[in-house]
Amino acid sequence: MPAGTISPFYAARRWRNRIWMSLSVVAAAIGLIGLFMILVVLFWQGFSGLSPAVFTQMTPPPGSSGGLLNAIVGSLILTVVGVLVGAPLGLLAGTYLAEYGRHTRLASVVRFINDILLSAPSIVIGLFIYEVVVVPMGHFSAIAGCLALAVLVVPVVLRTTEDMLNLVPNTLREAGAALGMPRSVVIRRISYRAAKAGLVTGVLLAVARISGETAPLLFTALNNQFWSTDLTQPISSLPVVIFQFALSPYKEWQQLAWTGALIITLAVLALSICARALAARGATE
Amino acid sequence: MAEIAIRGGTTDSTSVARAARIRRLAFNDAFFRRLTQAAAIIVLVILGGVILSLIDGSLPAFQKFGFGFFVNQVWNPVTKKFGALAPIYGTVVTSAIAMLIAVPLGIGIAVFLTELCPPALRRPVGIAIELLAGIPSIIYGIWGLFIFAPFLQQYAQPAIIAAFGNVPVLSSLFAGPPYGIGMLTASLILAIMVLPFVASISRDVFGAVPPMLKESAYGIGCTTWEVVRNVVIPFSRVGVIGGVMLGLGRALGETMAVTFVIGNAHKISPSLFAPGTTISATIANEFTEAVGDLYTSSLIALGLILFMITFVVLAIARIMLMRLEAQAGR
Repeated sequence: MPAGTISPFYAARRWRNRIWMSLSVVAAAIGLIGLFMILVVLFWQGFSGLSPAVFTQMTPPPGSSGGLLNAIVGSLILTVVGVLVGAPLGLLAGTYLAEYGRHTRLASVVRFINDILLSAPSIVIGLFIYEVVVVPMGHFSAIAGCLALAVLVVPVVLRTTEDMLNLVPNTLREAGAALGMPRSVVIRRISYRAAKAGLVTGVLLAVARISGETAPLLFTALNNQFWSTDLTQPISSLPVVIFQFALSPYKEWQQLAWTGALIITLAVLALSICARALAARGATE
Repeated sequence: MAEIAIRGGTTDSTSVARAARIRRLAFNDAFFRRLTQAAAIIVLVILGGVILSLIDGSLPAFQKFGFGFFVNQVWNPVTKKFGALAPIYGTVVTSAIAMLIAVPLGIGIAVFLTELCPPALRRPVGIAIELLAGIPSIIYGIWGLFIFAPFLQQYAQPAIIAAFGNVPVLSSLFAGPPYGIGMLTASLILAIMVLPFVASISRDVFGAVPPMLKESAYGIGCTTWEVVRNVVIPFSRVGVIGGVMLGLGRALGETMAVTFVIGNAHKISPSLFAPGTTISATIANEFTEAVGDLYTSSLIALGLILFMITFVVLAIARIMLMRLEAQAGR
């Protein structure tokens, strides 16, 4: 049927389809262009301030140039300790949910609570750690920051651990049990081994999540303009430095904030891509 | 461990050694089980601890101000009068506007990705959106402060003021000098931040629609729009709403992206161009500088309110998504 002869009813439907579908394409274009604009600007601004000094010098006093060395090291310390505290806890709790208590009441409650913790505002976690760690200690400290980050790590690791262990076929566990292995040995020697890639993915995702967290550090780890690796003292971290420097009126500080933002973004993107690649490999194995 | 079991049977022929070995295994087994159970219970304790510590910390403020804390707009550290209305208003309004923008755009992206996008682009674009969802919020904040706010101030806001200056309701909504920073800017940044989140969840639930259903709709001559409208969206409604609620939870609790651009003014202004504040921005800005127990306690009380709001939103989201999973399992 030539296009000129179709009835008005069909023509209207075709037009409605065209209009809504173009709106969808426009929405996608606006969204994607907007999001990529952010990355482009970030790379542009960040790279223009990238120099060896960023990695070798301390954060400068107002109005002079310097680097981000103490902030980078501080962020690394906070992240590593936070993961070392939080990941085992999440791993064990996830093991309980997937292996021992799959259908128990405790498991379903923990699952629900974990989902709440997973998306709870991180600034509230900061307040919690302030109340239970900073107030009793009497001052801000790196260890408080580590604990705040650890609380954020637990739900991420727990969730992925449970999901990944659930993917391990039961026949593997039964084969282990048939050899006379106790349950704990089956879990450690068979389930963990089969789900290894997935478990590592969970930890990587958790690292990616906490490495950019700012809000919970503001009043736990605070900030420190100087080199410090002492866990009982306030410590500098990249996100908090970015926050402080970006809101300052000094050009040098603002530039360092952009560069710091670029470093964090690259780190987070690298971690998520690794996690993704690992998960894809684990799925095909 | 399998080797041990075999060795236990052959080399250690004495039954005493064998019994000891089995006892040790049994002990280790029970220990590991208890250990994982303890870890699961610790997760409960953490959430309980969060709630209790917030209640404990906010008691002085609630005792002093009572219910008035929720409805009072004054926030004055000098006279020690604190009311939470302005931050609550800011939190709710910025999140609501952000969702109004992000949900249609996000669903549009999801429709584009599942129905219209050339297959070769589907995976890369989908992955890119998921990666963007993981970018720390401070990045959005710094971009909003240095790039987006000046742009709004110079171009967008004067144009909007000129366009709506004489329209009755809109003129008060878009009144005042174009500061660049303010409620509207914060809402827009939140929308950009939540967008990848809404888009990737919607794409996932749209992708879960059985192809058979869509094909039968196409088979009776439906257009793409009619398939989306009458098959895809009704089928995935619960999932999309659940995803939107999760995004809303994120927007409500978001701190850094908002703190940079909202202007931090404890007042409720009818104009969206005016500076305002949100609960999280207030805490982030003022907590370390808060002097006196009442000030600190009022800020913790704000945190408690925020936690309660997000708790309710997230609980609803989770229950909806759980129901969806139960449906899919059936």
